[in-house]
Amino acid sequence: MEKINLNSKKIVEYLNEGKRFDGRKPEEFRELSIKTGVSENAEGSARVKLGNTDVIVGVKLATAEPYADSPNKGNFMVSAELSPMSSARFESGPPRFPVIEFGRVLDRGLRESGFINWEGLCIKPGEKVWTMFVDIYTINDDGNLMDAAGIGAIAAMKTAKLPGYDEETGKIDYKNPTDKPLPLNNVTPIAITVYKIGDKVLVDPTREEQDAATARITIGSSDGIISSIQKGEEDSMTPEEMGKAFDIADIAYQEVFKNLEKQLK
Amino acid sequence: MTNEFKRPDGRKLTEMRPIAAQVGIIPNADGSAMFKSGKTIAYAAVYGPKEHHPRNKRNPKQGTLRCTYNMISFSVNDRIRPGLSRRSTEISKITEWAIAPALNLKSFPGMVIDVHINIIQADAGTRCAGINAAVMALAHAGIPMKDMVSSVSAGKLDKTLVIDLDKAEEDFEEGEGPTDIPVSMTHSGEVTHLQLDGKINKEELKEAINMAKTACEEIYEIQKKALKNVGKLIEGDKK
Repeated sequence: MEKINLNSKKIVEYLNEGKRFDGRKPEEFRELSIKTGVSENAEGSARVKLGNTDVIVGVKLATAEPYADSPNKGNFMVSAELSPMSSARFESGPPRFPVIEFGRVLDRGLRESGFINWEGLCIKPGEKVWTMFVDIYTINDDGNLMDAAGIGAIAAMKTAKLPGYDEETGKIDYKNPTDKPLPLNNVTPIAITVYKIGDKVLVDPTREEQDAATARITIGSSDGIISSIQKGEEDSMTPEEMGKAFDIADIAYQEVFKNLEKQLK
Repeated sequence: MTNEFKRPDGRKLTEMRPIAAQVGIIPNADGSAMFKSGKTIAYAAVYGPKEHHPRNKRNPKQGTLRCTYNMISFSVNDRIRPGLSRRSTEISKITEWAIAPALNLKSFPGMVIDVHINIIQADAGTRCAGINAAVMALAHAGIPMKDMVSSVSAGKLDKTLVIDLDKAEEDFEEGEGPTDIPVSMTHSGEVTHLQLDGKINKEELKEAINMAKTACEEIYEIQKKALKNVGKLIEGDKK
């Protein structure tokens, strides 16, 4: 496969003329494809491709004792693996900062939005609750893994079914899933990351564009309500740049939201 | 007598699950492939040959094959905690041993080839599927090879020899129970990997290896076809 190496300087020059190398507008995502039910031992799963970026996300449920301060609420955990399969840049071994941040930023976006009905994850107050694991594996990195993973998490969660649960033994019967969906509320907390390149901002960078970026801001929102933000990397942003970031994230959200709804139908 | 034995999914004794393969599934990798056997799905990606780090692991006489086998957390019913386990560490090594004899390691002294294997969905036979995918990915990456390797699990359910156990068969509890015998072979017929768990006598074992050889021929044809048709999903003949 032919690989085009664009250097950051050229990307900045081009952006200053109002152009991206692949002809997209700053707020425009690449072609998005979402397939659900891709790994059938998961309670829910999704494969998301954004151009050549490719991630797989799975939802698993397990039972656990609730925390003492929330006896009738379930638990939730997002983990990501920047799989060495997906890029020569990723190495095997214990998780390093980028992968930890990755999981935590997505975790907050999903958690803070009111997407999950925590009481709905309670099996028996004070004794047993569901723990929901959302696990992300990258298959191919061509930029913007974070947003692809966030979309995958929503698709996997929205299509997941609760496993069977035997009240007498207190054990999960994975072989007999129920047709009950997860207890979710009617919000769709999509995370959109805006990247600053030179003094321009854009969404859904290719790998080359992401390399040229000096700052990023991930905005988790649903229907105009922002519920999580992470500003990342060393470069600063002016309030004007931030404002612009919020504006294009909002436009991108609408586009991705419509697409997601359509593909989950 | 053995003819009366019914496999849980109704397959014939020498019948593998439906297999499929695709080469070129991961654009970033130097070589990549998917191998599917029934519900078991393995992905493999090759990066290299490249400089071998850490330096003290470098072999100046020949190249190093470094495989990493990993089951993704939701590939099975009970979520697997991400990260290395004793099992995945062993299978990674077994995979290297299974494949190395088919490679011309001398052609890249001091270098390393990384093969990353992820099991996306597991229904037994994951190490075999991983090996089948890895070999295709290596060939796709243009790594100098002397031969191909194909891998399948032979087995015995109670007293009956069968090929390609699925999870329901691995959990078989009647009579003598299950014996699982994952085997990998070069196309020229050399055994590069053999493991066994269960109970079997040596005549039966010889027969099981013969059955594996026949099955490996079939897998080899699919691997070859997938390598000639990069990007295309190649499916085995429907039985």
